[in-house]
Amino acid sequence: MNGTTPTRWRWLLRNRKLTVGLAIVGFFVLVAIVGPLLIDDPDRITNDALVAPSATHWLGTTNTGQDVFTQLIASTRGSMTIGAVVGLLATVVSVVIGVAGGFVAGRTDEALSLFSNVFLVLPTLPLVILITDYVDAGGVLIVGLVIALTSWAGSARVLRAQTLSLRRRDYVDAARVSGEPAWRIIVFEILPNLLPIIAAQFVFAVIGGILTQAALAFLGLGGANSWGTMLYFALSGQALSLGAWWWFVPPGLCIAVLGAGLSLINFSIDELINPRLRLARHDRRARKRERWAAGEGGAA
Amino acid sequence: MRYLRRKILFYLVAVWAAVTLNFLIPRLIKGDPVAVMLAKTQGAAPVPPEARRALELQFGVSDDPLWVQYLGYLNNLLHGNLGLSVSFYPTPVTTVIRQALPWTIILVGVATIIAVGIGLALGMLAGWKRGTWLDNLIPATTFLAAMPYFWLALVLLFLLGQVLHLVPLNGGYDYSTEIGWNGPFLRSAIYHALLPALTIVVSSIAAWMLGMRNMMVSTMAEDYVTTAEAKGLRPRRIMVSYAARNAVLPSVAGFAITLGFVVSGSIATEIVFSYPGIGTSLVQAVSNADYALMQGIFLVISLSVLGANFIVDLLYALIDPRTRQAA
Amino acid sequence: MTNPSDVVLSVRDVTVEYAGTPPVRAVRGVSFDLARGEVLGIAGESGCGKSTLAYAVTRLLRPPGRLVGGSVTFTPPDGGDPIDVNALAGEELRLFRWHRIAMVFQGAMNALNPVLSVRRQLSDVFTAHEPGMGRRQREERCRQLLDLVGIAPNRLSSYPHELSGGMRQRVMIAMAMALRPDVVVMDEPTTALDVVVQRDILEEIDRLREMFGFAVVFITHDLSLLLEISDQLAIMYGGRIVETGRARDIHAAPHHPYTVGLLNSFPSLRGERQRLHGIPGNPPDLAHPPAHCAFTARCPYAFAQCHEIDPPLAPVRSGDGPGTLTACLQYDRTLRPAGPDEALVQGRFDLDRLGTSA
Repeated sequence: MNGTTPTRWRWLLRNRKLTVGLAIVGFFVLVAIVGPLLIDDPDRITNDALVAPSATHWLGTTNTGQDVFTQLIASTRGSMTIGAVVGLLATVVSVVIGVAGGFVAGRTDEALSLFSNVFLVLPTLPLVILITDYVDAGGVLIVGLVIALTSWAGSARVLRAQTLSLRRRDYVDAARVSGEPAWRIIVFEILPNLLPIIAAQFVFAVIGGILTQAALAFLGLGGANSWGTMLYFALSGQALSLGAWWWFVPPGLCIAVLGAGLSLINFSIDELINPRLRLARHDRRARKRERWAAGEGGAA
Repeated sequence: MRYLRRKILFYLVAVWAAVTLNFLIPRLIKGDPVAVMLAKTQGAAPVPPEARRALELQFGVSDDPLWVQYLGYLNNLLHGNLGLSVSFYPTPVTTVIRQALPWTIILVGVATIIAVGIGLALGMLAGWKRGTWLDNLIPATTFLAAMPYFWLALVLLFLLGQVLHLVPLNGGYDYSTEIGWNGPFLRSAIYHALLPALTIVVSSIAAWMLGMRNMMVSTMAEDYVTTAEAKGLRPRRIMVSYAARNAVLPSVAGFAITLGFVVSGSIATEIVFSYPGIGTSLVQAVSNADYALMQGIFLVISLSVLGANFIVDLLYALIDPRTRQAA
Repeated sequence: MTNPSDVVLSVRDVTVEYAGTPPVRAVRGVSFDLARGEVLGIAGESGCGKSTLAYAVTRLLRPPGRLVGGSVTFTPPDGGDPIDVNALAGEELRLFRWHRIAMVFQGAMNALNPVLSVRRQLSDVFTAHEPGMGRRQREERCRQLLDLVGIAPNRLSSYPHELSGGMRQRVMIAMAMALRPDVVVMDEPTTALDVVVQRDILEEIDRLREMFGFAVVFITHDLSLLLEISDQLAIMYGGRIVETGRARDIHAAPHHPYTVGLLNSFPSLRGERQRLHGIPGNPPDLAHPPAHCAFTARCPYAFAQCHEIDPPLAPVRSGDGPGTLTACLQYDRTLRPAGPDEALVQGRFDLDRLGTSA
């Protein structure tokens, strides 16, 4: 495995999907951090209600004359924060439960995987709606916590399976026989090998967090200024029937573009983990020249 | 049938977990939910004392120990008693749900079946013909997958409904028709369901396609696919019976996760279309502080999702002979 | 060599490349002839290109693997024009497969489709090649096939995971017999099996060969096994054939140092006791193949020119009739007028000398 590491990295750097994904995500992170410092008060009401995009209002205004572009920048911070909070919390929970289960095995493992599997089949959004409504959650942290607590199960399952297979490898056995304590084996032998998978699960949790919070905010729950909140106000402000497309298109587009960027990063991680998914450029040309499956050319 | 026994056992546990969670959540939270609820509904129709009593029982505003409350709750549940809805007082929660549930189940069910079918087929083809135009489309589908359902719904509704007038702007059927098994009603119901269904299909298809494509790529490197090719089987046969039959297994096994997304997405989508389904009812219940209805809906959604997953797990046993092994 | 009219499969200068940076030449200019009804054994360590060669000959290479040169010609033993296998495409190629050349793959666990019953996998062959055949007839033929390899026909409804390793391999062999092929390529067919089952399978193959008279290309890393069952033998190293000839000749007098090394690595099946050791070192990196003989780095008998010249396959003694061919400078009379190293001639793989040549 060590022998392939440098080529892996070189491959990673040349990967276009990864570059595009990182560029998109980096852009949004930058906007989330710097953006709010450069704009006016996003809630400032003016008399220019429902103005189409123009030089003064780049993305037009809402029904109360608020500038959509300014709101978009302010909301970026809210949505990105939620994504980061959910990503971190859900990853921590899933690593703890998944790795513990896979490493300890036996009864504990069975109990933990039953626990994760039950959480996996319970529908997330209704559960989040129920909890946030009861705790009357407004803050980013609380909403993030609730979403994280309902969305870690899938990752935990993936991590458990991977830990289980790592546990059977020789070098882990060797460490065990030489009397290394469990936590050392986990931290130094198992976690480093799980890193790409954990990264993928983190990215996945970020997407999930942003989407779930957007839905929540869109339904008028789980406050925090976010893209979902903008959509909520757009719908309740009759943006649709008033034809104010500039009000509801940008926030959703941001979610979709950011989500696509994050997915592209995940693609490259997948390809890193499973080289079969890679397709070298010259193969593609070679493939056109000679098709391996009989009669394939005709069927295309 | 060891597999079947295990699965039944698992779903029993899952059902118990959903039921218990539903019981615990309102009780774990400090404060008096009934007071909150009544405060929120102040100004609307006054709630009679007996209703208040019923609500207090249901939400644990009671001096009884927790386990007595739990038994009472389970007993009510077994008798199909989910309490009374405040916003539709005095309609039982079960009645409200019974009216809304079929809309959602048919909409989400049909849309999911279509999305699974098309998604798996496209994923199969993309994996089979790696590096062709279909396969190159894959990164683009992430954009589809990352779109919030309800936003896609908004955009489609704006374009097809508001601008082009191709589809109705809201509702589940034409109110001039009579609900039942009659032509005009069914026609209008299908007409109204087209766009919501399209939304769900478009947003959920990418996940199926991507998963299937990646598994196809992995499966095609397996020896049995090479054997099939060496045997001189027709390419279509190799693709379907050898590669896809095996590649589809993880997608089916991962159905639960994907269905979770669809259910969440469809709740918000229903709001956009004012669709008379369970998602709309849930959001109404939330904004009216109708806790009994909220919890009833949560329970019903959970049980439906569990039921769907159970069916898929049974299906899995049919397509993977290895699960059918005797203990 | 064998009588040219008897050759069913003729392979000339086959070269296979795996795309990459740099590309890997897994098979480099390999040629052999397979005579009707004969067993050709191909031996070598893992990574020597023997499986790639099998895939190249049967047109089963997949990207990034690619045939970059050479020809494969199949001559139907029942008369008929020679077929250029590389030129086949589409339906022609599909119908050629299994009917002319069938395959038995390594590790029968994965070679059988886990989700289809044995019946489906056997009858698939008939549906693909004899579309006119009725359902009942197919069923009958499938039963006969299982019967042929000594498996009860009620196993038709079984799935691969319900069969033992040996049974799966028998099913695989039965499947290969379905269309009475002229050539069967067997890629490590006995590797995953325990010794007793291995023996049964070999006997089974032998019996079937006598019955149907097909030729076999038998690929394995187990040279001692090949010595027993093969008529002809080819030893591969670093993507090339380094020694080829009649199996009993090579057994009696191995020439290439690598062959000598391999023979010393395996216990003889007849149980003769001898000192066992592997060959130290690793196979060459075929992404950067050396310009000289690929074995030099591991060869105890390497001398100065071995670091410069890449020897071609040549008769060990010229003008001797059909003898062994080997690619080794030890037998080059112009470089070594005195003949090959004494220890090599005696069939010893002299480990002690390894350090000095480096």
